[in-house]
Amino acid sequence: MNTVSNPSRRRFLSASVQTSGLLLTLNLLPAAGLIAQTNEASDFTPSIFIRIDTDGTVTVICHRSEMGQQIRTSVAQIIADELEADWARIVIEQATGDPIYGDQNTDGSRSIRRNLTRLRQAGASARQLLRQAAAKTWGVSVDECDASNHLVTHQPSGRTLGYGDLVTAAAELTLPDPATVELKTRQQWRYIGKAVQSVDIDDVIHGNAIYGFDVKLPDMQIAVIARPPVLFGQVKQIDEQAVRKIVGVTGVVRLPALSAPAGFNALGGVAVLATNSWAALKGRDALNIEWEHGSNASYDSNQYREQLLATSRKLGTLVREHGDVDAALENATQRISAEYTVPHLSQAPMEPPAAAARVDQDSAEIWACTQTPQATRREVARALEMEEAQVTVNVTMLGGAFGRKSKPDFSVEAALLAKHTGKPVKVIWSREDDIKHGYYHSVSAQRIEAGLDAEGNTTGWLHRTVFPTISSTFDPSQTYPSSGELDLGFSDNPFEIANMRLEKGEAKAHVRIGWLRSVANVYHAFAVQSFAHELAVAAKRDPKDYLLELIGRSRHIDLPAAGVEYGNYGDPIELYPIDTGRLANVVRVVAERADWKAKRAKGCKLGIAVHRSFLTYVATVVEVEVDDQGRWTIPSVHVAIDAGTVVNTDHVKAQCEGGSIYGLSCAIGQITATGGVIDQGNFNDYLVTRINQAPGSIDVHIVESDAPPAGVGEPSTPPFAPAFCNALYEATGQRIRQLPVPLRLPVS
Amino acid sequence: MKVTVNGKPIDYNGDPQMPVLWFLRDELDMTGTKFGCGMALCGACTVHLDGQAIRSCVTPMSAAADKKITTIEGLGNGQEHVLQKAWKTHNVPQCGYCQSGQIMQAASFLAQNPNPSESEIDVAMTGNICRCGTYTRIRAAIKTAAEDLA
Ligand code: FES
Ligand code: FES
Repeated sequence: MNTVSNPSRRRFLSASVQTSGLLLTLNLLPAAGLIAQTNEASDFTPSIFIRIDTDGTVTVICHRSEMGQQIRTSVAQIIADELEADWARIVIEQATGDPIYGDQNTDGSRSIRRNLTRLRQAGASARQLLRQAAAKTWGVSVDECDASNHLVTHQPSGRTLGYGDLVTAAAELTLPDPATVELKTRQQWRYIGKAVQSVDIDDVIHGNAIYGFDVKLPDMQIAVIARPPVLFGQVKQIDEQAVRKIVGVTGVVRLPALSAPAGFNALGGVAVLATNSWAALKGRDALNIEWEHGSNASYDSNQYREQLLATSRKLGTLVREHGDVDAALENATQRISAEYTVPHLSQAPMEPPAAAARVDQDSAEIWACTQTPQATRREVARALEMEEAQVTVNVTMLGGAFGRKSKPDFSVEAALLAKHTGKPVKVIWSREDDIKHGYYHSVSAQRIEAGLDAEGNTTGWLHRTVFPTISSTFDPSQTYPSSGELDLGFSDNPFEIANMRLEKGEAKAHVRIGWLRSVANVYHAFAVQSFAHELAVAAKRDPKDYLLELIGRSRHIDLPAAGVEYGNYGDPIELYPIDTGRLANVVRVVAERADWKAKRAKGCKLGIAVHRSFLTYVATVVEVEVDDQGRWTIPSVHVAIDAGTVVNTDHVKAQCEGGSIYGLSCAIGQITATGGVIDQGNFNDYLVTRINQAPGSIDVHIVESDAPPAGVGEPSTPPFAPAFCNALYEATGQRIRQLPVPLRLPVS
Repeated sequence: MKVTVNGKPIDYNGDPQMPVLWFLRDELDMTGTKFGCGMALCGACTVHLDGQAIRSCVTPMSAAADKKITTIEGLGNGQEHVLQKAWKTHNVPQCGYCQSGQIMQAASFLAQNPNPSESEIDVAMTGNICRCGTYTRIRAAIKTAAEDLA
């Protein structure tokens, strides 16, 4: 396969792009003159996602970031399938950040749901083109030419031509319009829907995969930064004597102080540059800095939680309402209320943020483990006062991300330092940097009150949610939850209750708030699904049966029609309705898989929860065992997921396994602040799930569906914590409403 | 001082306090060994020192003098190690970042305990964090490797 330098490829591509609605629709080839300028003359690029070499190698260009979800494999599966390519001859190339690909921000569980159709079309149009090229070569009708497994066959004569042999002829034709080419039927799928092994697995298990932390450029310096301990703090005084004496340290650079809004800007502080990582880390430790903490130094997270709770007890701002909740509560036979709090969390990807930058007079290049190469390009260009076209963003493998790496601040730091020093710089974040200077999952308080009638049916539901909004990171005047966050498991409450009122409360942020895997769904599902269990207990009913009753009839909940602002994860509600039938179905499926009614071993109990997020329905049953010391273990977990059409069944299972364990981490971890400074710093005090806490087994059942594809990376996380806490209640009678769950429960 | 890295003898004249992790990554450009915490809390940096799993982020070069370091790049001596095969059978890795450390930890453990129980696996692997949550597959792969060795 020809290896091509990035600049020539970019020229080639931009010359060949014909913008027509979808960015994917390209004209096949540049003018002959342009071919001559490139060293790709013998290959061709039937779309921005596919390149075919004369030796038959098919290069799939993956425009989504690889962070463990195996998107590089899935994208290749989709294209190879419709292209009828031989899997063994597929090579994956990672796209740089470029708007020609459309959205590249790899978050929101949308890589497949937004790209399945367009990538199928890209593959199918290239297949059609190869058939046309063969027909032309043979002087026969294209209808007589079939493409299958890297070969076009002229059916009447049995003649064949390989894909590589057709490149030259195909290069003279025009790519058929991807929107109108015929796609394969589901029955014809060869790779889509199968458990194809991950394309990167060999590199990973031999230590050859390159992550952001691993990038090395010629003459590169390593930078480690001492950032203000309190958000928007500043350096008051600095003594760098000791640092300069450390062998390997090449410089100490003060970064500009940051003021609100934080956005994706560098946090400021002081960078130590060195020839190796260890000298840089030691150098940073040797800095003697006196900080001016600023107004966020008043932030105390314990006190703050009480404030949020107090707000949740007061009348809030209306989000959604039907019926008359006040009357329903008045007339209830039983009135039940509960308050739930979830602390800040840190995404803590296994690989902390890292980015390398090379900056010269008129161009810059970044190598980063970023979820969002386009935003990285934009922010770096802004920080360097360059045009975006002057900035190239190369995406490495991501050692986990979970939302942290959709913030390009660390690339901006690298770019600023590379510009300042005139040499390539790689910024590495230590674990303490990651934990202490994050974009935190929001802290929240929620209050739910319900009324039950004499039969134990829920007749009224009043729910208030209070948390500092992610929007505050970009606009400090934002002090109410945004509708985009309320969409995540709050305003889309699926219960069929005659009287319901949902309200939001005000909260001012004191740290950077950001996305974490499944975002506000974590705390909303925790409250709603815990409370559903509390109601079942109050009504003396089986929790699974009661949950199904709360969900009610099979129907589509039309929030926009009810006057509720609802974004539906950016996809049309007609295509992806809130379907309570599918929601109830995963509850039934998971209950059956877990053998819900069966008697368990002594000390073992089950909890259940269900949640729709990212247009996907997930129900989880957690089995816990608690010993007489209050120590819990999780013998088994069952997950049922309905994500519509899925591309790789093994990846879906892996995401549900990992998403459940991430959900457990969300239940046991916490980030707190004292005097505006984050109290935790590493995995000794920020607890994440280890293998001895992990479930003994995780059974994942994928509901077969030909519904449009929905999200997979996040939806298994939200139901985990409530299912877990519901099980702990069954086992111990202790109701956990304030996370985190201690590793050892109190024993009476 | 002299160290052997994946069978290759190397003369090291740098700071004896430099952790093995940064020597491997920055000086030898062997980036298969990962940084995750720097405090022996996550296991991402696990390598073998004379066959024993150690956390290279807290092991100074002085402790490696005249010893053999084996990293993920050298595990199996050019062949696919039985654990690497098992890792493929179970499609263990997600992001993959922790997996060098997981495999190196498991390799030294299996060498000492070729027929481990589930709880022995958990004890041996407790120091290795996987944020992607591949733990159930790690257990299964270690069991498969143990069976292959039997
Ligand atoms: S980096 Fe060494 S144990 Fe975490
Ligand atoms: S596979 Fe991502 S941290 Fe383990």
